[in-house]
Amino acid sequence: MRLLTHNMLASNVRGATTGYPLKLEAAKWVTKEVDLNADFIRGLLPKIDWRALVAATRALGLPELLPEEQPPEEEIFAEGAADVEGSAIRRIHHALLEIHVQEGSLVCPDTSRCFPIDKGIPNMMLHEDEV
Amino acid sequence: MWYLCVFYHRLLDYRRPEVESLAELFSGPGSGESVEWRMPENHHADSPFHLVRLPGDERLAAQVANRSLLVKGIYELWGHGTTYEELEKSVREYPDERKLPFLTPDSTFKIVVDSFGKVISSQEQNEIMQSLTYIPFKGRVNLKKPDHRFFVMETDDYGSNNGLPPVAKRTIFFGREVGAADRHLLPTYQLKSRKYIGPTAMDAEMAFLMANQGLARPGKLVYDPFVGTGSILVAAAHFGAMTMGADIDIRVVRDGRGPDCNVWSNFEQYKLPEPLGLLRADNNLPPWRPGLKEMFDAIICDPPYGVRAGGRKSGGRKIIKGVKGPYTVPDEKRDNHIPSTAPYSLAECVHDLLHLAARMLVMGGRLVFFYPVLRGEDGADSRVASPQFPEHPCFKLIASCEQILSYRYSRVLLTMVKVAPYTEEIERVAEERHREFRENHQKWMEEGNLHSAVFEPAQDAKPDRELKPKYRGKYV
Repeated sequence: MRLLTHNMLASNVRGATTGYPLKLEAAKWVTKEVDLNADFIRGLLPKIDWRALVAATRALGLPELLPEEQPPEEEIFAEGAADVEGSAIRRIHHALLEIHVQEGSLVCPDTSRCFPIDKGIPNMMLHEDEV
Repeated sequence: MWYLCVFYHRLLDYRRPEVESLAELFSGPGSGESVEWRMPENHHADSPFHLVRLPGDERLAAQVANRSLLVKGIYELWGHGTTYEELEKSVREYPDERKLPFLTPDSTFKIVVDSFGKVISSQEQNEIMQSLTYIPFKGRVNLKKPDHRFFVMETDDYGSNNGLPPVAKRTIFFGREVGAADRHLLPTYQLKSRKYIGPTAMDAEMAFLMANQGLARPGKLVYDPFVGTGSILVAAAHFGAMTMGADIDIRVVRDGRGPDCNVWSNFEQYKLPEPLGLLRADNNLPPWRPGLKEMFDAIICDPPYGVRAGGRKSGGRKIIKGVKGPYTVPDEKRDNHIPSTAPYSLAECVHDLLHLAARMLVMGGRLVFFYPVLRGEDGADSRVASPQFPEHPCFKLIASCEQILSYRYSRVLLTMVKVAPYTEEIERVAEERHREFRENHQKWMEEGNLHSAVFEPAQDAKPDRELKPKYRGKYV
């Protein structure tokens, strides 16, 4: 499960008010290289909940990866930024698409229901008494 | 500019929409609608020869043809006629300034003689090529990698009994090829050499056609809520799109048939970037966070409609002896509990799909999905002739392409474009429309009805062969 997916998910367990953001508990994660497409990131970024993304990177023990506040767009998409090691767009790309949580769980902030992540697949199915 | 567009003689309904979608993909919004079509004189609508006007220059025509699956070739038509004399007259009249740049001494060329519905022996082919002396070819012949390829294509009144569309009169076309489909994709991606497939894996050609209808390309995100073995996403990823998928069956998405045979390995097999996300989720209770919308550029899927595989959703309940009232999962069993599921009727499934798409597609994004249609008693197209497809106020239906699966039923590939933003008001209207649709179509969309309509034994003996019209088009 990439952090992009984490950013999109919420718990819809009965009794949850918003069920968001899910607390990430990662037992095992890997990084896999993905080709950077600046246009894709540009389209994606407005739909990302920055706070939840930052919280997820911190939960993985990467406090340095992203700043507390989202950098301004002109900085992220500055000419040539994609080719600079450690630039904002590279870090965002890395955080969203290259970190792959293999084993762990997503915990509902309202009900503490735990959604397991197994072999990289979050299991968001509800039990019959939670629907 | 007008071109001659020659199609492969298959999936007849899918041919024009594919060209229109690709024009839109390469030339921007609105280009698909601006594509115009004509049939050559005396040609049946199912003929492979069509005349098409594409926006933009020849580069666009080449891009469209090269990316398509069903375009045998797009040609700049230099002339046509019902006899070779007429063809010569017509080619001679075609302006020199259009012809001469492709006949220069420093270029190489090749002439191909092709036919539809008839066979031309290689000797006759040679004679036809020799007869083209009125075209001042100055370049050298190169059969392997010519700069320009010229086609002589002939179709004839070949009688009516070979299952091909009738031809009123012999026609001969002469044109310069601008682009052609790359069908080499198909043997590469064919299901029989794919590592992980399931019973309802989408065949490669259809998956590519769906990806084309969904305008899959680099920088776009395609979602399949019924991902299964990923057969549709593989096609989208081939065209450079980012992909995401969900399925209610965790065994399919998580385990597959082992560590080297699962959805991920299908992408690895073709050296494609793996999906950005795969999850197990119920389309009836999607786990998207509040406020999340306009996330995907296309939703492409083959929903379970209960003929080969039935849909399931959360909410079933295991009946356990001695337990009365709602079932609660004991705390100690929660971790590995496998929740039971309830049947998911087509009506509900399609409703949820339209709702999801209305919320999660970007404006102008496309929803591409299959929808089953029962065919009339006589095997004809009674229902298809007056089709009633699901509707949603956010969507405009731009193409419906039928593929006949059996004497009893077809599936129709619907392509819808999101034309209005998603609001609560719209959702209320949509609910109303859906209720109406459901009342009118409830009967056959209910769980099991479609399945029995397709599989119940016939009441009477086989239809009389004599009664069948000679050319049945796609209704074979």
